[in-house]
Amino acid sequence: MNGFKKVVIQQISKILKRDWQLVVLTLMPVTYFVIFHYLPMYGVQIAFKDYIAAKGIVGSPWVGFKQFQRFFNSYQFWPLIKNTLSLSVMQLLFGFPVPIMLAIMLNQLKQQKFKRFVQTVTYCPHFISIIVMTGMLYIFLSPRNGLINLFIKALGKDPVFFVGDPKWFRPIFIISGIWQNAGWSAIIYIAALAGISPDLYEAAQIDGASKFQIVRHIDLPGILPTAITMFILEIGKIMNIGFQKAYLMQNGLNISASEIIPTYIYKVGLIDAQFSYSAAIGLFNNVINIILLVSVNKLAQKTSEHSLW
Amino acid sequence: MKISFKDKTDVIFDFINISLLVLITLAVLYPLYFIVIASFSEPDAINTGKVLLFPVGFNTTGYQRIFAETSIWNAYKNTIFYTVFGTTINIVLTMFLAYPLSRKEFFMRKPLTFFMMFTIYFSGGLIPTYLLMRSLNLYNTPFVMILLPAVNVFNVIIARTNIKYSIPEELFEAASIDGCSHFTFLFKVVFPLSKTIISVLVLYYGVAHWNEFMNGLIYLKDESLYPLQLVLRGILVQNQAAADMMGDVESLLEQQRAAELIKYGLIIVTTLPVLVIYPFLQKYFAKGVMIGSVKG
Repeated sequence: MNGFKKVVIQQISKILKRDWQLVVLTLMPVTYFVIFHYLPMYGVQIAFKDYIAAKGIVGSPWVGFKQFQRFFNSYQFWPLIKNTLSLSVMQLLFGFPVPIMLAIMLNQLKQQKFKRFVQTVTYCPHFISIIVMTGMLYIFLSPRNGLINLFIKALGKDPVFFVGDPKWFRPIFIISGIWQNAGWSAIIYIAALAGISPDLYEAAQIDGASKFQIVRHIDLPGILPTAITMFILEIGKIMNIGFQKAYLMQNGLNISASEIIPTYIYKVGLIDAQFSYSAAIGLFNNVINIILLVSVNKLAQKTSEHSLW
Repeated sequence: MKISFKDKTDVIFDFINISLLVLITLAVLYPLYFIVIASFSEPDAINTGKVLLFPVGFNTTGYQRIFAETSIWNAYKNTIFYTVFGTTINIVLTMFLAYPLSRKEFFMRKPLTFFMMFTIYFSGGLIPTYLLMRSLNLYNTPFVMILLPAVNVFNVIIARTNIKYSIPEELFEAASIDGCSHFTFLFKVVFPLSKTIISVLVLYYGVAHWNEFMNGLIYLKDESLYPLQLVLRGILVQNQAAADMMGDVESLLEQQRAAELIKYGLIIVTTLPVLVIYPFLQKYFAKGVMIGSVKG
């Protein structure tokens, strides 16, 4: 037994002697994760408590699932679920295929200069801040002098009050999202296309395949694994869809469509100061997200052998 | 010479493909271009739809008002401070984590990767983080803007993958025979050889700091600490043209006209730094992202 211990200690000291500098390097980043990510996880317990500022997180009394029940029974529960899911499912449905199509189209271009130009231009909006993005929406959609409404008026129709209409909230959110991010999201698919073996293309050319056939039978299967990975990652964000843009686009008139769970968490928590209630909704949201992510990943594993883990 | 069916469909394919890409490029470019020309135009011409391709009634009133406004310059100064210090810390911490994680033989590699990845899927959430910032006395200080986003997991993964493929393990083994330690290797070999990935990280982190508004909204109370984007929100989204940007004796109509121009000008003034840096870093980042994403 003693000999075994000795060997283990020897092994550990050998590894430490070799790797101690690497450990030292990670100390600062690890401390960051502990403080800014793991300590808040410890604070999640207030979701099961009635937070009283004077008593602090640890001292506040436990109330079990009271906060969760309150949320499930509130009249806002179903509208919030519906708004959040419709927004993210629609975004996935319309937003997800666009970068893939863009990448395939760019991949078929022979003119390298034009290709690079299109790429540079379509990446650009990704670097615009969400505030500027929303500001631009207000400018272009203004019923009084927005370019789109000027056009509608020129056709002899009545201007549309886009930003104040719940009906228009989701389409505007999604279309502007595509405008801003499709080019950027295409990068990963362009990279995947570049990784397809040139032999496949040569063989197809010799067999007389048309460009359309090449896209259908080489490009699409070639980027499928990447697309599945990206899709799983998107599913994992479904309940956490863009707080910032929804919050900025929100106003009294479109609130019936624009109030989603992340904006509600913010308002209940930081504006109404109902800390425990807000933390409970946040935890509920996070758990749903993880369940979705894990189950979609399982499904992908079973059906296509591609998965995250 | 007979043109085959295949060639004909290919010609149609190319035609549709190129036309669509031209349309897409225009649809992305035009709104940006419009903001630029509108910022130099006469408000009346914008309101009546006369400004379409070129500025009409060239003037710089909007910019003059912006340049005269101290609250905007103070916010600009804050954002530069948060961006420069924040990005520096980002790069150091990210590389300090990415390098060890890129070494296959490092005994903590797997546990640390899990430790880091776990935070993507599960987080304490808004309120627990908010309460923590208050109890750490970071609330309403500039440090919250710099420390809270100090490491981004995705950027660590990109950097790790890049280092793994661009600096082979054998290079360190050879150096270590000559007595080179990991510290020396990191500073003398990894950093100089990682110019590409560091440029990519600077772009990602820098832009994130420059565009940051949510942390300011949640964790800052004093307007003197506000980042640019938060001040911008008041003007662009909430439509509160800062009162002191307007002259005292102006008519309401005059104020409204100026407010329009200020919006266009502000978009340019705040987005310009990012769009100016971007083309210079682009040649690096295309390469960097490709390596990071494909072999992730």
